[in-house]
Amino acid sequence: MEASVLKEQLNKAWDTVRSPFKDGIGRLRGTVPSDRERFSRANTNPAAFRVLVRKEISDHVRSWRFLLLLAIIFLTCVASLYTALNSLQDAIKSTDGYSDFVILKLFTTSDGTLPSFIGFIGFLGPLLGIGLGFDAVNSERNKGTLSRIMAQPIHRDDLLNAKFIASLTIIGFMFLSLGLLVLALGFLIVGLPPSFEELLRILSFLVVTIVYIGFWLNLSILFSVKFRQPATSALSGIAVWLFFSFFYDMILNLISSGLAPNSDTASVDDMVHHVSFMLGLSRISPYTLFNEATSTLLMPTVRTLGPLTTEQAYGAIDSPLPFGQSLLLIWPQVTGLIALTLVCFAISYVMFLRQEIRGRS
Amino acid sequence: MAETVIDIQQLTKSYGTHKAVDHLSLQIRRGEIFGLLGPNGAGKSTTILMLLGLSEPDGGSINVLGLDPTRRPIEVKRRVGYLPDDVGFYEDWTGLENLKLTARLNGISDKEAEDRSLYLLKEVGLQDAAHKKAGNYSRGMRQRLGLADVLIKRPEIIILDEPTLGIDPKGIDELLGLIHGLSRDQGLTVLLSSHQLHQVQQICDRVGLFVSGRLLAEGNLETLSRVLLTDTPLLITAEVNRADDELLADLQSVEGVSSVRIASGDQDSMRPVEDRTRLEIGVNADCSPEIARTVVASGAALYGLQRKEYGLDEIYRRYFAGGEELGSKRSKRAAK
Repeated sequence: MEASVLKEQLNKAWDTVRSPFKDGIGRLRGTVPSDRERFSRANTNPAAFRVLVRKEISDHVRSWRFLLLLAIIFLTCVASLYTALNSLQDAIKSTDGYSDFVILKLFTTSDGTLPSFIGFIGFLGPLLGIGLGFDAVNSERNKGTLSRIMAQPIHRDDLLNAKFIASLTIIGFMFLSLGLLVLALGFLIVGLPPSFEELLRILSFLVVTIVYIGFWLNLSILFSVKFRQPATSALSGIAVWLFFSFFYDMILNLISSGLAPNSDTASVDDMVHHVSFMLGLSRISPYTLFNEATSTLLMPTVRTLGPLTTEQAYGAIDSPLPFGQSLLLIWPQVTGLIALTLVCFAISYVMFLRQEIRGRS
Repeated sequence: MAETVIDIQQLTKSYGTHKAVDHLSLQIRRGEIFGLLGPNGAGKSTTILMLLGLSEPDGGSINVLGLDPTRRPIEVKRRVGYLPDDVGFYEDWTGLENLKLTARLNGISDKEAEDRSLYLLKEVGLQDAAHKKAGNYSRGMRQRLGLADVLIKRPEIIILDEPTLGIDPKGIDELLGLIHGLSRDQGLTVLLSSHQLHQVQQICDRVGLFVSGRLLAEGNLETLSRVLLTDTPLLITAEVNRADDELLADLQSVEGVSSVRIASGDQDSMRPVEDRTRLEIGVNADCSPEIARTVVASGAALYGLQRKEYGLDEIYRRYFAGGEELGSKRSKRAAK
């Protein structure tokens, strides 16, 4: 008798303890519907984006194009590492004030026969971005798959987002592993471990590189939305790239020589004004932004990116900038790169949303 | 009568000054196969794109399964399958992989996607080609894969844009048979567009004739010819040995006869035999027996009575062959 009462009480107590918990689980189950349920109810399709990204990544990784681009980038990295190691001896001996940052020199020095790592990346990175993005939308259109995909319950922007995210993921992984590979090889060969600050600088350099390539990727996606022929969009992308890498500086030099105030009569203010105006113009180019950002990150001795008078430099302690200050110095450059990316994105969005998607036309 | 699943009211869409769709109104009921027939450039594809929210209408309203496709395209596209004109697949992927991608995009789990893809590939007769790359598929196989691709999301309506284009006649029959069977088995509503009147009307419950943005007529073939060919009454040709005024008057008084005239003799190829006259009798309804009786009763000899019927071919000639005018002119020039 006693036992049964006890049992009853125990059960009751157990129930009171359990019931809110059970309810909680039930409520949790009720409020968190599966993808399929959510999908069938709402005007959204969360699963589709993941599926698209996976599809894009697997397509890229399996493609010949990606392998070729990877091979080019890999070879140039090995080459630049080789030249850096050749000239490292001299660089360490030189007394330019930052012989502490030996590992960083792996990325920035060269013996003159080949460009340095950052030189190569700044030059070839855009090619990689353009190569991965130039036929993103128009090849699907020409193959007749675009209208089939768009007939599935997905938003149009999901497609663009997926293409961008997938390519950027690949680029991100590629550069992260390449950068760390160079770091590791340098570590093995030189025998000096990187300091924590060096590691931070290298990682942020890689992030800036990815942002920079992300801009070119986005620009080429924009061209792929605009032009029906992949060849046209690839050529437009390459044209923009060549313009900013080679011709923009030449044109600026021309303009500068035309606008320069007479050095005999001009005041310091005039000169400073002229220089900062030209600097502003050159900073329209993403290539300049990238170069400024990366050289500041990898060369701690870079103290300013603008003109500096002797007066201003007077009394400054001759020492490398701490990481935080370098980061602060390039913040506008990084913001500019991201803004350029967003502008391209916005234009391609608007264009793509307004386009009519027919069969292969 | 079944519920209306597609309701188009006064739909208008123009490209610049060209009106692609001009005040189109059309209702399609659940479970029927509707054929949107018309020559190339009639606005069929444009209408279909607007049904799926892939293109925005300039005016009018569309209602698909109770939803407005312009505002809520995702919900519409989830329940409506669409096979585009000249569908493409990822050519490096196998047919099965292509289907699975579509299934995954429709929120079907990996496992179910595989099962359903294999089942549908069998259904459309591609089970042997399931693991072949889609790039190696023939045109007919691509269309069948497209059909499986459309069906994988278990749609309520399927819209097929020119499904028969570029397939040989045997392939067309097979594909249409497949569509018909699937529609009947699963109670699917099918909207298909085509310019191949002859083949497509065989499986359609109703067809709509669509020419330069406007729906000229809808209904089954009988209604279509009645509506479209009202201005051309049936023509009965009678060959008699004499045609005097009395006979003509008698014939005129037969019920249903609208006009009687003696055929002019300028048709070289059909020059009537000496002392025989051909009468062309326009009638509203087929009344050949009465005409025969009248002729015989009048004492004239009746050699032949022929009824000229306007049907599919006449519709085809009038509305569809327009696009080929240029071609025929060119061939004539070549003949000269």
